[in-house]
Amino acid sequence: MSVQSSNTQEIDIEFRAVSKRFEDVVAVENVSLTVARGAFFSFLGPSGCGKTTSLRLIAGFDQPTEGEVFIGGNSVVGVPSHKRPVNMVFQQYALFPHMDVAANIGYGLRQRNPKPGKADITKRVDETLEMVRLGGYGKRKVWELSGGQQQRVALARALINRPTCLLLDEPLAALDRKLRREMQIELQTLQRDVGITFILVTHDQEEALSMSDTICIMREGKIIQSGSPRELYDEPVSKYVADFVGKTNFFSGEVVDSNGSSVSVKSVSGQVFVGLQAKGAVPLAKKSKASIAVRPEMISISAADETTQNSDIVIQGRVMNRIFLGEHSEYLIATEGFGDVLVLTPKVLESHSKGFAPGDQVSISWGPEAALVLGDT
Amino acid sequence: MTMRIYAIAVFLFLYVPIGIIVLFSFNAGRHASELRGLSVQWYGKALSNAFVGDAFFTSLTIALSVAVLSSLMGTTAALALQRMKGKMRVLFDGLIYVSVMVPGIVIGIATLVALVTVFDFLNPLLAALWPEGIKPPKLSMGYASVIAAHTLFTMSLVIILVRARIAGMDRALIEASMDLYATPWRTFYQVTLPQIYPAILAGFLLSFTFSFDDFIISFFVAGANTTLPIYIFASIRRGITPEVNAIGTMVLAASLFLLMATQFLLRNKKNRGTSE
Ligand SMILES: Nc1ncnc2c1ncn2[C@@H]1O[C@H](COP(=O)(O)OP(=O)(O)OP(=O)(O)O)[C@@H](O)[C@H]1O
Ligand SMILES: [Mg+2]
Repeated sequence: MSVQSSNTQEIDIEFRAVSKRFEDVVAVENVSLTVARGAFFSFLGPSGCGKTTSLRLIAGFDQPTEGEVFIGGNSVVGVPSHKRPVNMVFQQYALFPHMDVAANIGYGLRQRNPKPGKADITKRVDETLEMVRLGGYGKRKVWELSGGQQQRVALARALINRPTCLLLDEPLAALDRKLRREMQIELQTLQRDVGITFILVTHDQEEALSMSDTICIMREGKIIQSGSPRELYDEPVSKYVADFVGKTNFFSGEVVDSNGSSVSVKSVSGQVFVGLQAKGAVPLAKKSKASIAVRPEMISISAADETTQNSDIVIQGRVMNRIFLGEHSEYLIATEGFGDVLVLTPKVLESHSKGFAPGDQVSISWGPEAALVLGDT
Repeated sequence: MTMRIYAIAVFLFLYVPIGIIVLFSFNAGRHASELRGLSVQWYGKALSNAFVGDAFFTSLTIALSVAVLSSLMGTTAALALQRMKGKMRVLFDGLIYVSVMVPGIVIGIATLVALVTVFDFLNPLLAALWPEGIKPPKLSMGYASVIAAHTLFTMSLVIILVRARIAGMDRALIEASMDLYATPWRTFYQVTLPQIYPAILAGFLLSFTFSFDDFIISFFVAGANTTLPIYIFASIRRGITPEVNAIGTMVLAASLFLLMATQFLLRNKKNRGTSE
């Protein structure tokens, strides 16, 4: 499968039919992709799907079994990692324990040939420390720092070299939730300021959605779908993607009719749903298994006796649970024949009615545009 | 309670003889068996004895050479083994552990037999090949053979220590260094070496202590050279004097110091490692 993150801009990183095998494990399988210069690109997928391996192929720690990796338009097959113009922020930071913070950050500069002068290195180390908001921490031991501070040192150690591309392997995984949120925003701001291509590996979909321009969803070494966060959210090509990106209600069944983009699916309980198929998706044959996916915010909720207009599907149910999320309320509705359905209602819509309470009989409904039909893969 | 008595008995059994040697080394009398007041005169005697001095320097030279050689060769071997994969590595690992367990007497005899055989073969050959008129060199037992035999054993100790340290090291550190433009060689001396040097140093000290104390192997292959343990053994045959006790006590103190230094270095580094 081939993916174009942008055709107009200059390409920074490119994979052409890259595969990587370890003995009998296929870590990356026939992956082709391009990353535009200055983009914020993410690899997203569950554990073991080949994200780290993809990053290591760019950094040069591993060499592809098949295919070619290009950096800045040049094939880097056989080029050792110390000769590649990319830098990596490691998952466990991999700071050198026998050096202080400043020595860690200046490490890359000291390896350069010709080596910059001492004063020059000191100056740039100080600047970079300021940039990651660690001014004055140069003489500290790295193991004395907190997780977030170590993370920043790792970032500074990579950024000081002004690489064309920065590789980040789950850089925020070890941080607590609040700090992670802060660092996400910081990373994003930083990326815009320095204008370097960022390639992020994560298995946190929220992180990928909120930070990246382009997300590449992987599974078992293959790219399943790639596109902007919006595209992935609105037009997932498979149940796997829809499940991975955001919350979704699935109603499974069998395809009974299909005309181009609109597909009818008959659920186990006999109800026929009609939904659209995303552009990139594989067409579904009749009788094949499929799922109807409806995002929780696309479903509206009303009292059982109220009539709803402009709705394709109306299902009766009972409120099981309500979680107040500030801006939104999240309802869990038990239905007959369709299992539990998640509904997300904005506060403004329920202000007149104060919403519903557990035990209330309600009807839920959605319009024809809200449902997507997805293959069960 | 019985456990405690048992433990005390064991410790007494282990340390009373050593304690007696230390005590009797301060004996003012001239017989090892009866204590007549305390004095350090035997230390003075031992230190001014030319034979003791010679033996000490022989031992020191051998021990230092052994320590240097085995740390160098052991470390490079450990690094090479780390890169090896599969069956060969298992085989080498096994052989290294076996070589540590081989008794000293076997190493002594084996080295002696091997060296004698090699010398018997090489010496006539050298004599034949050497130009007329110049005296051909004659290979024989001496410093080199003791050093070789000791290194054989202590190198395995160094390999085991360094291997353990490399295994505990974060592989990502090496990759981080390469990623930051360091060549493999610069990565080695800027990252790998600082990480493993406590193990190398510990190996160095252990090798030194082992070689300095060793009697059995040296006895077989030292030829005409007298190391300190060989000297002590020889003088004991003439009767145990307080002088021998004094030498023994000094060797004991030095060995203890080195062992403690090793432990200290290893532990210190480990603490730092875990507090990261
Ligand atoms: N050096 C290696 N030798 C053998 N198999 C490997 C090696 N590195 C990775 N693999 C295998 O390749 C597959 C992909 O691994 P990879 O580390 O890329 O996963 P990942 O997506 O980064 O997962 P995670 O989110 O858990 O980090 C896994 O099945 C893994 O076991
Ligand atoms: Mg990974």
